[in-house]
Amino acid sequence: MSLRLTALATALMLAGSVHAADSLKVGLVSTLSGPGAGLGVDIRDGFTLAMKQLNGKLGGLPAEVLIADDQQNPDIAKQAADKFLKKDKVDFMTGIVFSNIMLAVGPAVFENKTFYISANAGPSQYAGEQCNPFFFNVAWQNDNLHEAVGKIVQDKGYKNVVIVTPNYPGGKDAVSGFKRYYKGKVAEEVYTKLGQLDYAAELAQIRSLKPDALFFFLPGGMGINFVKQFVASGLSRDTQLFAPGFSADEDVIKSVGNSMLGMFNSSHWAHDMENAENKRFVADFQKEYNRLPSLYASQGYDAAFLMDGAVRDVKGKVEDKAALQKALEAKRFKSVRGDFKFNSNHYPVQNYYLRAIGKDASGRVTNKTMGTIFSNHADAYVAQCKMK
Amino acid sequence: MQDEVTQLVLEQALNGLQFGLMLFLLAAGLTLVFGIMDCINLAHGSLYMVGAYFVAAAAQAADSFWIGLGAGVAGAALLGLLLELSLFRQLYKRDHLSQVLATFALILIANEAVRVIWGAQPVMLNPPDALAGPVELSLFGEAFFYPAYRLVIIAFGLAVAALLYLLVAKSRVGMWVRAGASNREMTQALGINVQALFTAVFVFGAALCALAGGLLGPLLAVQVGMGESVLILAFVVIIIGGIGSIRGALVGSLIVGTVDTLGRALLPTLLRALLPADAASTLGPALASILIYLLMATILFFKPQGLFPARA
Repeated sequence: MSLRLTALATALMLAGSVHAADSLKVGLVSTLSGPGAGLGVDIRDGFTLAMKQLNGKLGGLPAEVLIADDQQNPDIAKQAADKFLKKDKVDFMTGIVFSNIMLAVGPAVFENKTFYISANAGPSQYAGEQCNPFFFNVAWQNDNLHEAVGKIVQDKGYKNVVIVTPNYPGGKDAVSGFKRYYKGKVAEEVYTKLGQLDYAAELAQIRSLKPDALFFFLPGGMGINFVKQFVASGLSRDTQLFAPGFSADEDVIKSVGNSMLGMFNSSHWAHDMENAENKRFVADFQKEYNRLPSLYASQGYDAAFLMDGAVRDVKGKVEDKAALQKALEAKRFKSVRGDFKFNSNHYPVQNYYLRAIGKDASGRVTNKTMGTIFSNHADAYVAQCKMK
Repeated sequence: MQDEVTQLVLEQALNGLQFGLMLFLLAAGLTLVFGIMDCINLAHGSLYMVGAYFVAAAAQAADSFWIGLGAGVAGAALLGLLLELSLFRQLYKRDHLSQVLATFALILIANEAVRVIWGAQPVMLNPPDALAGPVELSLFGEAFFYPAYRLVIIAFGLAVAALLYLLVAKSRVGMWVRAGASNREMTQALGINVQALFTAVFVFGAALCALAGGLLGPLLAVQVGMGESVLILAFVVIIIGGIGSIRGALVGSLIVGTVDTLGRALLPTLLRALLPADAASTLGPALASILIYLLMATILFFKPQGLFPARA
C-alpha cells in the first residue's frame, strides 16, 4: 500500500516537473470563502462552464484548471499564486476578485513572465504607470462603471446628489470616477465603515438632505442591507437610486427582491443582451447552476475564451511569449458582451450600458438593458501607460 | 430648519433604541452563559447566523414571515439544546483557552456548513408586506416618516426585555439564575440542579439569538459570517454592563446602540464644521467606528467590573 502510494507520488511529481507543450495549465486563485465568496464563486463557475463547452481544451490543447481559495486575504493569495507559478508551472493565471489582492499577487506573476488574465480586479495602477505586458483585464478598469453612472445621472438632469460608499480606497475611487462625469451639486459624500450592517443613521442624514438622486457603491452584503433599509425608510419615493452594476446584479437582486424595482445601474454586460454567444452562455449557465449568471460569471467565461482564442492563434506554442502577447492583444474570440477591443494598456475599450431593474415576462425581478451610456469608452489612466 | 433638526435627532434616537434592543437580545444570552457558566462562547454569533438562516428558510417554505420566525427560533433552540448536551457540557469544566478554541472551531464549522447548505450568496428574507414601507409618526409634536418594520423590532425588543425582567427578577428560576451568577458552588450546595439550569439558560440564549437574527434578517443581509461582527459588539455590551447581569446587558446595549448611531450620524457633520472637508471625511467615519471602544475603555477605567457587576 505504502509502496503504491510512493510510486503514485513519484509519478505525480514527475508529471509536475516535466512540462509537456501538448497540454496547458491554468491557475485560478479567487475568493471562494468568506463574505466576498459570491463573487469568486461566480467567476469560477463562469470559467468552468466555458471549459466544459470547450471540452476541457484551450486552443485545442487539453487544459487543466487548478483552483485555489484566497479567503480574501492577500497573503494567502500570494502563497497560492507562488505555488501555481513555481511548482505547477501554470501557463495562465486568472480569478482574483479584489484589487488589493491583485496588487499583492501581480509582481510575482509578471516576474515569472506568466500571463495574468484578470476576470474582475481592474486597479488603476495596472492601467496607468505600472501597466505590464503580462497583465490583461477582460472586464473593465475599476472606475469605468462609476464613470458610466456619473454620466447617466448628469444626462438625466439630476441636480442634487448624495454619494454613499465605504471608507476604503475602492470607495474613494468610486467617488472620483463618478465625479469625473457628474458635474452637478454633491450634497454630501457619506463614508461608512467597511462591512457596516445598519444604515439607519446615514438614511436619516440623507432624508434631511433631500437629494433627488443617490449614488451608492457598497459591494456584497453591504449593498443588500443598504437597499433594503433605503426602501423601508420611504426615501425611494423622492430619491432615485443609482449604482454600478456590481451593486445591482443578479446575486444582489436574489437576496433583496422587490425592493430593487426601478433602480438604475451601469454595466458592460447584461444577461438579456442579444447575441448568439450570450444566449448560449446564459442558457447553459442556468442549466448548469440553476441561477442567472452575474456580470462576474460573464467575465470568468470571457477570460477562458480569451485564452482559448490566443492559444489557437499561436498554434499551441505558448512558450513564445511575444507571439502569445500579440495573440491576446488581438482578442481572437467573441465576447458575450458583444464587440470590444484591448487598449494599449491591455484594458478593454468597450460600451457601457444603462440597466434598470424590473420584472420580466415571467414576473421575475431582474435587470433590463435600457440603452448605451458610453460607446467605445476607454479608461482615464491609459495615457500614463508606457507599455514595454 | 429647527423642525428638521428635531426630526433628525428623534429619528436617530429611535434608530439607536432599535439597534440597542437588538444587541440586547444577543447580549442577554451571552452574558448569562458567560456569567453563570463561566464559559466563553464565541459561537454565540454563529447561533445568530444559523437562526437567521433557519428563519429565512422556514419563511420561504411557509410563505409567511411570522410562521418562519416561530419555526426558525424553535429550530435554533433545538440546535442549542443539542450543542449544550453534546459539547458545552464538556467545556464548562475546562479552562477559558479550551473554550475559546472549541467555540472558535464551532464558528468555522457553522460558516462552512451554512455555505454548503445554502450557498455562498446571501439568502432573501423580507418583512411582511404590510410592514415593508414607512409609517408617519408623531412624537413631541413632530410628524415624520419611520420604517414600520423598525417599530416592530423596537416592540419585540421591549417585550423581550420586560419578559426577561419578570423571569429573572420575579420568578424562582430567575432567582436560581441570579444565585448561580453570583456564586455557582453555593447554589449547587443548596440543592439546585445546576446542570439542568445551565441547559435551560443555554437553550434560551440560543432562542434569543435566533429571534434577533430572524428579526434583523429583513434589514440586513442573511449571509455567511454575519455573526462575527455582531458578536464583537455583544461582547462590548456585556463588558460595559457587567458580566452575568441582565440589567447590565440592557443598559449596556442601549448605551452602545445610541452612542454608535449618534456617533455615525453627528460626528462627520460636527467635524466638518471644525476641520477642512477632506480631513473631516477621513477622520469622521474612522472616529465614529471606534467611538464605542473608547466608551468601553472609559467605563472600564472607572468601573473595572462593568456598570452592574453580578458578583458584587
